[in-house]
Amino acid sequence: MSDTLQDPTDGTVDADDAALPPGVGESRWWRRPDVMMPLTIVTILGVALAMTGVEQVHFRVDVSPDGSTVWDWTFFWALVPEMLKGLLVLARATVFGFAVALVVGLVLALGRRSKHRVVSWPTAGFVEFVRSTPLLVQLYFLFYALPDAGIRLGRMQALVIGLGIHYGAYCSEAYRAGINSVPEGQWEAATAMNLGPTTTWTRVILPQAIPNVLPALGNFLVAAFKDAPLGYAITVTEVLFFATTISGRLFRPQEPFILIGIGFLLVSLPAAWLVRRLEARLAYDRI
Amino acid sequence: MGELILSPLRYERLLEGLSVTLQVLGLAFALGIVLSLVFGVARLSERRWVRGIALVYVEFSRGISSIILLFFMAIAIPILLGLEQRSLLVLGGVALGLNMGGYGAEIIRGAILSVPKGQTEASISLNLTDAQRLRYVILPQAMRVILPPMGNLTIEILKGTALVSLVGLADLTLALRKLDVPQPGVERVPTMVLFANVLVIYFVVAQVINGLFRLAERRTERSYGTRAPIEPVPDGVETAGAGG
Amino acid sequence: MPTTASEPIPAVRMRKVSKAFGDNVVLNELDLDVAPGERVVIIGPSGSGKTTILRVCMTLERPDAGTIDINGESLYHEPDGDGLKPAREKHIRQVRSRVGMVFQHFNLFPHMSALENVALAPIKVHGMPKDEAYELGRQLLDKVGLRAHANHAPGQLSGGQKQRVAIARSLATDPDVMLFDEVTSALDPELVGEVLGVLRDIAEEGTTTMMLVTHEMGFAKEVADRVVMFDHGRILEEGPPDQLLHEPAHDRTRSFLRAVLAH
Ligand SMILES: Nc1ncnc2c1ncn2[C@@H]1O[C@H](COP(=O)(O)OP(=O)(O)O)[C@@H](O)[C@H]1O
Ligand SMILES: [Mg+2]
Repeated sequence: MSDTLQDPTDGTVDADDAALPPGVGESRWWRRPDVMMPLTIVTILGVALAMTGVEQVHFRVDVSPDGSTVWDWTFFWALVPEMLKGLLVLARATVFGFAVALVVGLVLALGRRSKHRVVSWPTAGFVEFVRSTPLLVQLYFLFYALPDAGIRLGRMQALVIGLGIHYGAYCSEAYRAGINSVPEGQWEAATAMNLGPTTTWTRVILPQAIPNVLPALGNFLVAAFKDAPLGYAITVTEVLFFATTISGRLFRPQEPFILIGIGFLLVSLPAAWLVRRLEARLAYDRI
Repeated sequence: MGELILSPLRYERLLEGLSVTLQVLGLAFALGIVLSLVFGVARLSERRWVRGIALVYVEFSRGISSIILLFFMAIAIPILLGLEQRSLLVLGGVALGLNMGGYGAEIIRGAILSVPKGQTEASISLNLTDAQRLRYVILPQAMRVILPPMGNLTIEILKGTALVSLVGLADLTLALRKLDVPQPGVERVPTMVLFANVLVIYFVVAQVINGLFRLAERRTERSYGTRAPIEPVPDGVETAGAGG
Repeated sequence: MPTTASEPIPAVRMRKVSKAFGDNVVLNELDLDVAPGERVVIIGPSGSGKTTILRVCMTLERPDAGTIDINGESLYHEPDGDGLKPAREKHIRQVRSRVGMVFQHFNLFPHMSALENVALAPIKVHGMPKDEAYELGRQLLDKVGLRAHANHAPGQLSGGQKQRVAIARSLATDPDVMLFDEVTSALDPELVGEVLGVLRDIAEEGTTTMMLVTHEMGFAKEVADRVVMFDHGRILEEGPPDQLLHEPAHDRTRSFLRAVLAH
C-alpha cells in the first residue's frame, strides 16, 4: 500500500518486532494515518463535546407553520437550529456513555477471564443479562427504581450510565474476542522469552488484539448513538423530545419528525461508513 | 429487599403485557425475515439498479434509529395520511420489522457469499434455475452461517419491542410502568422489585429465543456428515443496536 | 458455415472462441469440433486454458468472442431474423441442458445425501416424480458402485467415492456431452483407479460425447479417440493417442509429455 508509513526503525529489533512476524512492522496500526485519523477525530470530537456544557436545552420556535399546506419550508428551516441542539445533547450522551462503556467493558472482560469462578461466572451472567434485556427498561430502572435504594441520578446521568453499562457488556465481548484472536503461540512465545505479564500484555498481546477490536468498537459507538434517543423516555431533551414537543405544541408532526430523521441519518450514515472503511483497512492488513 | 415475588394479579398484568410484546415481536420477525431475504438477495443481484435500491434500503434502515422510525410512523404517518384509526401493534411491528430487515439482509448477503463458488457452478452444470439454486443449494448451506447472528438479531428486536410502550401500546414495559403508579388502597411494591421481575421476564424470553435458534443450528449441523469449522465472528458485532 | 447434409452435426463446435482475463489471453480464436460419441482428451501445461475450454462450454465463463454450438444449436446466440443476437437466459438453459460437467473438486452438495445429490436435478429440472427420481438415482449409484452409500452425506465419503457420486449426479441429467476437468487430480493415488474405472464404463457405452482434461496418459491412450495438445490458448497439435503420445510433432509436446510421465 502506497500510503503506509515507512518504519523509521526498520532493521533494528525491538520488543515489538520480536513479537510480530517479519513484514508486519511496516504497517503497525498506530503508525498508520488511515487508522489513526478516525481515532483522532473521534477523540477530539468527543473531548470537544464533553467540554460544551449543554445539559438540558429549551426548544423555542418563533415561526408557526402555514396550516394550509402539507409542507412549510419556512417552518422547516426555522426548526433546524433547535433540532441541532437536540442532536448535540444526543452526541454528548453518546460520547460520555461510550467512554463509560469502554471502561466497564474492560472490567467485565477481565472479570470473565478471571481464574476464579466466583468472579468469572457472575460476570458472564451479568453480561448476558444486560445484553438480553431492553435498554429502555434498564434506563427506567436507573432513573425510577434506584432512588428506592437511595441513589438519585439526574436524567442525563442515568442515560450516560445506562448506555455505558449496556454497551460495556457488548464491548467486553469484543475485547474478549480480540484477545482470543491472538494465537496461542504468541502467549507461549512470550513465556518462552521470559517476558513478565505487563510486557506480555502491552508489547505482545494488545498490539495484536486492538486492531481486531477497533471495528467492533466503532460499530458499538454507532449503535450507542442510535440508542441515545431512548433518553426521551427519561425526559432528556434530545431530538425526539424536541420533535414531540414541537408537534404537540403546534399540532404539526411532519416537519419536525422528518427533520430529526434527516439530522439523525446525516450523523449515523457517515459514521457507519467510516467504521466500515476502518474495518476494511484493518482486515486487508491481517491477510 | 423483602419479598421478591409479586402477587398473582400483578403477574397476570405483566403476562398480558408480555403477550402484546410477543405479538409485536412475531410481526416484526415475520416482516424482518422476508425483508432480509428479499434485500439480502437483491444486494447480490446482477442488475445495478436492483443492487442500488437494496443498498439504499439497507443503509437507511440500519442508519435510522428504530425509536425515531417508530415515532414517525405512530405520530406523523397517521396525521399525514389522515388515518382515523391506527393499529399501534401493526405500526410497532412494521417499524421494528423494517429495522430488522436491514440488519438481516446483511447477514443473508454475507452468508450467501460464504457458500463456496463451486456450489453455484455445480448448480449451473445441473441446469438449476437461479431461484432453485438459491432455494435448494445456497440457502440451506448458508443457514449455518445465518442462524447464530439471526438469533442475536431476534433478541435485539425483542429488546426493541419495549419501545412501543413509548407510543402507548400496552406491552410488558407499559404494564410495568402502570403497575409502578401508586394506587390508593393497594399496597405498594418496591419499584426495584417490580423492575427486577420484568427484567427477568425479558431475560427468560431472550434465553428461550436463544435456545430455539440453538436447536435449529443443531438440526442444520446434523444434516452434514462432518462438521466444517465456521468462521467465528465476535458476538453481537453485526447486530448491536438493531431495535434501538 | 452451414454444415452439408452428408457429414453429421458435431456435438460440440467451437469457432474462433476467445477469452481473456484482463491482459491474460487464455483462449485465442480457438476452433474445435467434437463428433457425437467421440472421446477427446485435452492435455497441456498447467495454466494453458484447458479448464477454461470446458468452462465456456458449460457457461461458467462467457467467451469474449466466437461461437459455440451444441448439437448444432448455438449456445450463446439465438436466431434473430437473418442473423444472430445474444441469447436470452431461456435459450442458454435449453441448449445447456445437453451438457454436463464433473469438477476437479467434486462440488457435491454437502447438505444432501449421495442419493439426494443425484436425484435433485431430475426432480427440480426435469420434473420427474420423486419416487422415479430416487429409483433412477439408486440405479446410477449402482452403476458407479455406490448403491450401499446412497444415504451417506458427502462428508462421510472418501474422495474417490465423492467423485463417483458427482459423476452419477451429472449422468442423472442425461447429457449428450460430458465435460471432465481433471477429475482424479484431487484424489489420493490409491483412489484414482476406481474413478477411472467408472469413466471407462461410460466410454465403453459409446453413446456419450466426452471431453476430458487429464494428466493420466495411460488412461488417455486407452479411452481417447483423439488427443489434443493445448498451449498458449491454441491447439498446438492433435491426433490419435498412439501418434500424439508417442511421436509428437512438436518439441513442446515432447517436453510436456516427458515432464508428465517423469512424475
Ligand atoms: N476467473 C479467473 N480470473 C482470472 N484469471 C483466470 C480465471 N480463471 C482462469 N484464469 C487464468 O487463466 C489461465 C488458464 O486457466 P485454466 O483454464 O484454469 O488453465 P488450466 O486448466 O490449463 O490449468 C490461468 O493463467 C489462470 O490464472
Ligand atoms: Mg485446470
